[in-house]
Amino acid sequence: MSIGGILAQLLAIALALALAPLLTGWVNQWRAWLQNRRAPSLLQPYRVLHKLFNKESVVADTASPLFRIAPYIMFGCMALACGIAPTLSTDLPLAPAADAIALVGLFALARVFISLAAIDIGTAFGTLGARREMLVGFLAEPALLMVLFSASLITQSTSLAKIVETLTHQPFAIHPSLAVAGVAFTMVSLAENARVPVDNPTTHLELTMIHEALILEYSGRHLALVEWAASLKLFAYSCIGLALFVPWGIAEAGTPFAIVLAIPVLVAKLAVGGVLLALIETINAKKRLFLVPEFLTTAFLLAVLALLVHVLLGA
Amino acid sequence: MSLLLAQSINLFAVVLLVLAFAMIAQRRILTLIHLFTLQGVALVAATLVVAHLTGQHHLYYSAAVTFALKVVLIPILLHRVIIRLNVRWDVETLFNIPTTMLLGIVLVIFAFNLAGPIARLSTSIAHGTLGIALACVLLSFLMMIVRAKAVPQVIGFLSMENGLFFAATAATSGMPMIVELGIAFDVLVGILILGVFMFQIREQFDSLDIRHLEKLKED
Repeated sequence: MSIGGILAQLLAIALALALAPLLTGWVNQWRAWLQNRRAPSLLQPYRVLHKLFNKESVVADTASPLFRIAPYIMFGCMALACGIAPTLSTDLPLAPAADAIALVGLFALARVFISLAAIDIGTAFGTLGARREMLVGFLAEPALLMVLFSASLITQSTSLAKIVETLTHQPFAIHPSLAVAGVAFTMVSLAENARVPVDNPTTHLELTMIHEALILEYSGRHLALVEWAASLKLFAYSCIGLALFVPWGIAEAGTPFAIVLAIPVLVAKLAVGGVLLALIETINAKKRLFLVPEFLTTAFLLAVLALLVHVLLGA
Repeated sequence: MSLLLAQSINLFAVVLLVLAFAMIAQRRILTLIHLFTLQGVALVAATLVVAHLTGQHHLYYSAAVTFALKVVLIPILLHRVIIRLNVRWDVETLFNIPTTMLLGIVLVIFAFNLAGPIARLSTSIAHGTLGIALACVLLSFLMMIVRAKAVPQVIGFLSMENGLFFAATAATSGMPMIVELGIAFDVLVGILILGVFMFQIREQFDSLDIRHLEKLKED
């Protein structure tokens, strides 16, 4: 562990905290443009966060302490996930502590707590949202693991930093298994981030919502933390996707200037990714809840297919 | 550069396989035809790359024939057929797609295992993809088994032929017979399309009279 590594780690987390709402705003802006609406400002998520942090937080009488701590746990999990994912540099002191499998566990931890908090209040919507969230979660997690495993098979390591290092050092090669895994990963991230084919992030129609139903009872700073954590989750997923499938431009150990260069590269990649996400959300219709298991099974089977193709072709 | 091209054959093979999977899961007949067209495009691309790498000119001809038939002619025919049968927007009720797809994965594992020893005997440039070609054939076979309607069955059959064609290109790129085989098989496909349709029409109307199709138009 070096000073440079610690600095890179801190910079990565700070950048994630700062850029995550911007990414959400960027996606919302493009969604609005693609749907012929007037777009909200790029800085709108920051304004919402600022407003919510200054508001009073109202908690139901029936709430237990779990309800209060859940937003902090969720926020902590997502911030840590952004720290583990190699966004700027592969020389991360936190990276050896958690490999790809632990990362999936982190997401699961956040999901369990937010679902428990939703049930805790005892409202019908919270329970409904929690059940739906668990349905999506238990189908999405194995698919995500399979995607990460197919990248691990190529690079012989489950550490995300190692995967990125190996992929960037190899001479450029087409990995068909990674291409299939990429499709599966896109499907999983849409489901995990409550995006359109599975859930609509802007919906307030009670019968269809998943994510919104979970956080319906939160207000004030709690809601701000939950919203920020949702942005961080999108950011973390985007960064994991970029690290696995477009790993070029991420700095390595002992190259301080490369980190400075890595920031604009990351921003450019995220910008393109955000536009693609908005495009996917625009051209797809939201699926009925009963079709979601089918969607996620397809993702899982594609990821398994990626593993099989790797075994067959050895590439 | 040629290394990348050789790897792109694998990529196209995987695209073929994924499209075969997508066809199993697809309910809409129109999308099914689009998927079939895309599969044809991937097949043409793979054939062109093999032709370029091995320098075998007859493969260019066979790619051209594939393009004309499977990317242009057959999709146009299928579009016309579904318009005339008035099934263009039909959504087929399918029995449990996840189970069918799990079955598909089992078939893929079977095909990969089966093709392993055979592929080692071949010296062709894309011999590794033989397993994928075999898996495509088996998946299309599965699709034909689980589909009840005529048009998806025909598409399943045509997609099976795609898999066979790819197997021929991948395993035996040196065979000069391949052009003849490809064309012969396509003629066979054409006959079979008509055959299946006649069968279906007869089953529904107890005769092969095509004028009965006009009744469907009025519905």
